[in-house]
Amino acid sequence: MKGIAVTGMGIISAIGSNLEEIYSSLISGKDGISYPEILATNHTNLPVGEIKLSDLELSEILNLPKAHFYTRTALLAMHAIKELLKKSELAQFPEDTGFISGTSVGGIDKIEAHFYDFQDIVEYRKYIQAQHPGFTTEKIAEYFGLTQTVTTISTACSSSANAIMMGAQLIESGRLKRVIVGGSDCLTKFTLNGFSSLKILSENKNRPFDNDREGLNLGEAAAYLLLEAEDCIKGKPVLGRVKGYGNSNDAFHQTASSENGEGAFQAISKAIKKAGILSSEIDYINVHGTATRNNDLSESVALKRIFGRNVPDFSSTKSFTGHSLGAAGAVEAVFSLLSIQNNEIFPNLNFDTEMSETGLTPVTNFQKKKIRTVLSNSFGFGGNCTSLIFQKDA
Amino acid sequence: MRKLYINGISSISPQNEAIFKGSTPQQYENNILPAQAQDYKSLLQPMMLRRMSKGVKMGLFCAKKALDEAEVKIPDVILVGTGQGCMEDTEKFLSNMLESEEGLLSPTSFIQSTHNTVAGQIALDLNCNGHNMTFTQNSVSFESALIDALLQQNDQNIKNILVGGVDETSNELTGFQRLDGQIKKEGHRNLELYSSQTSGTIISEAAAFFALGSEKLKHSYAEFKDVEIINSLDEKILESRIENFLKRNDLLVSQIDAVILGKNGDIRFDQYYDQLQNGMFSATCQLGYKHLVGDNNAISSYAFWLASKILKEKKIPRIFKLNALNCARPRNILIYNQYLGRNHGLILLQDL
Repeated sequence: MKGIAVTGMGIISAIGSNLEEIYSSLISGKDGISYPEILATNHTNLPVGEIKLSDLELSEILNLPKAHFYTRTALLAMHAIKELLKKSELAQFPEDTGFISGTSVGGIDKIEAHFYDFQDIVEYRKYIQAQHPGFTTEKIAEYFGLTQTVTTISTACSSSANAIMMGAQLIESGRLKRVIVGGSDCLTKFTLNGFSSLKILSENKNRPFDNDREGLNLGEAAAYLLLEAEDCIKGKPVLGRVKGYGNSNDAFHQTASSENGEGAFQAISKAIKKAGILSSEIDYINVHGTATRNNDLSESVALKRIFGRNVPDFSSTKSFTGHSLGAAGAVEAVFSLLSIQNNEIFPNLNFDTEMSETGLTPVTNFQKKKIRTVLSNSFGFGGNCTSLIFQKDA
Repeated sequence: MRKLYINGISSISPQNEAIFKGSTPQQYENNILPAQAQDYKSLLQPMMLRRMSKGVKMGLFCAKKALDEAEVKIPDVILVGTGQGCMEDTEKFLSNMLESEEGLLSPTSFIQSTHNTVAGQIALDLNCNGHNMTFTQNSVSFESALIDALLQQNDQNIKNILVGGVDETSNELTGFQRLDGQIKKEGHRNLELYSSQTSGTIISEAAAFFALGSEKLKHSYAEFKDVEIINSLDEKILESRIENFLKRNDLLVSQIDAVILGKNGDIRFDQYYDQLQNGMFSATCQLGYKHLVGDNNAISSYAFWLASKILKEKKIPRIFKLNALNCARPRNILIYNQYLGRNHGLILLQDL
């Protein structure tokens, strides 16, 4: 089995508003971690991976009318999908194109901004439905004329990885010919305060897999892939293949990962099995690596359980982007595909000392290396663990 | 292709499950319908119960009952559709955050506000490491979970799938739906929902879960055949879309013995159902359920519960009927639902 073809991608994140900008940041080691300027929060001491475009600026770039009802998550998604469309040589998406979007935050930005206004100010009431993440997805679909199979997956930080997995399965089963998959999440006070209350935000730039890591930086991003069935490709360039996938539940705790990394272990195992490869064929792992004490240790243990002494080259690119929650899986899928296309590994920034428990060292400098197969991990609240395997088109 | 049998079912809604046996329906007048109280302690640990929001409680309780009935201890897959997600905890954390102006906050409600809390808690309770997914797409949240059920059963190792729909209500966030026209302005008696000449509907909290299995049991209810979601469509092509869906399943319109419609008394959008009632299904036994259990983003899971009951017990309680046509031996049941004219869902169930 060749795997499902990826024929397009689009992305916006704190390190750039299109593929070229993002690629150039990745190869030059330029992170997008800064203090919040767009998000109106009191927590100005907490670094974030913020996209320095206001909602208004994003709306102008997208040529939207002044009075629209798009949430920031929708604006970011539309920006990314527009890039995907532009590069796909399609004038517009064919009518039968499906759309599976992953999001954790959805339209909470509008709810937190207008919570006290809905009662009195009629014009804000168009955002009442934004509580529901599907509303954001639906508005994105509307903008691109996607009218058929449209749905939202919300499994916290693995949402968009799961959307990619579902899209691949929809094509494999013959239910769809073509599907846009990925996810979007914006920074909100809700999530920043939420993670702050859990005491897992770092006041410095995040240091994935470092022994002295202090926690994560929250980020925002949107990234989408176009997946197509074989008979739709017709000579189009294939950016890579979704070769394997697996989802498993850690069944340990609502937010914390287990000590033995069981969920991660099972998700990776399933993905390898589905891909029909040996674990030794994996050239690079884009790890989940949030830089919290708990995740990175648990993920390290899982990696050691799978790969033994031969853990492949790995890095956490969250050191560039921050943790963009539901969008992270798709962002890192794009990075994985860039790695495959360019035969490069993007570094794990801010790493100094290996973890005393597992002694694993990530790739800390930009590296050229022949990359055929990449494993990408995304783990979320509710014990939700997803692994994807991407492979170079043969 | 392997078949998927409905081997266990459970529902919590504004009506007791006994309504199927003819018990007197509960009546409501304030347009937000609470779920019937349950003996949650019989299946859930009291210490855990205290921390659980209504949605988690309802979801976990139904999940356990459905699995018990199917004699499944740990399913291979857990799939949940929930539109609004964990509203109670979202609202709690949000209002604490706003009131304290981002002060010191307890993480508990934030932790439980995540959309996949119900599916995660079920996995935790059952110690289930399987594929675990949560879908949230308005009125096709449950249908999306059903699509995933069909996808997962392509894997020969998958034998048992738990799938369910759940939505809870909360004071402020549900209350806002009165402001934007989703909920009817004037108090409306639920049983008179269909004669309403106003916009908006009545909203409820509910859950329904199902144990689907690749093996037929002696007490299986029905076969889950197929599902489709359509985000938006012109009323004019609804009938042809339904015909195509049936054709894909080798069925003609005339072979549908009963159609369960998600009519919700909103005069702005009930024409989708009216059209089917007066058109392709005019000679078919028509059923409704939202006059009993209200509307919410996962309520089509109640229709799935109803169809399962009908196909097993071969009877249709009068309280659900929208027309006078009878159906002596129900074999094929079609469920159609939409909300605000968007997110159309089709589900097909067949008798055994």
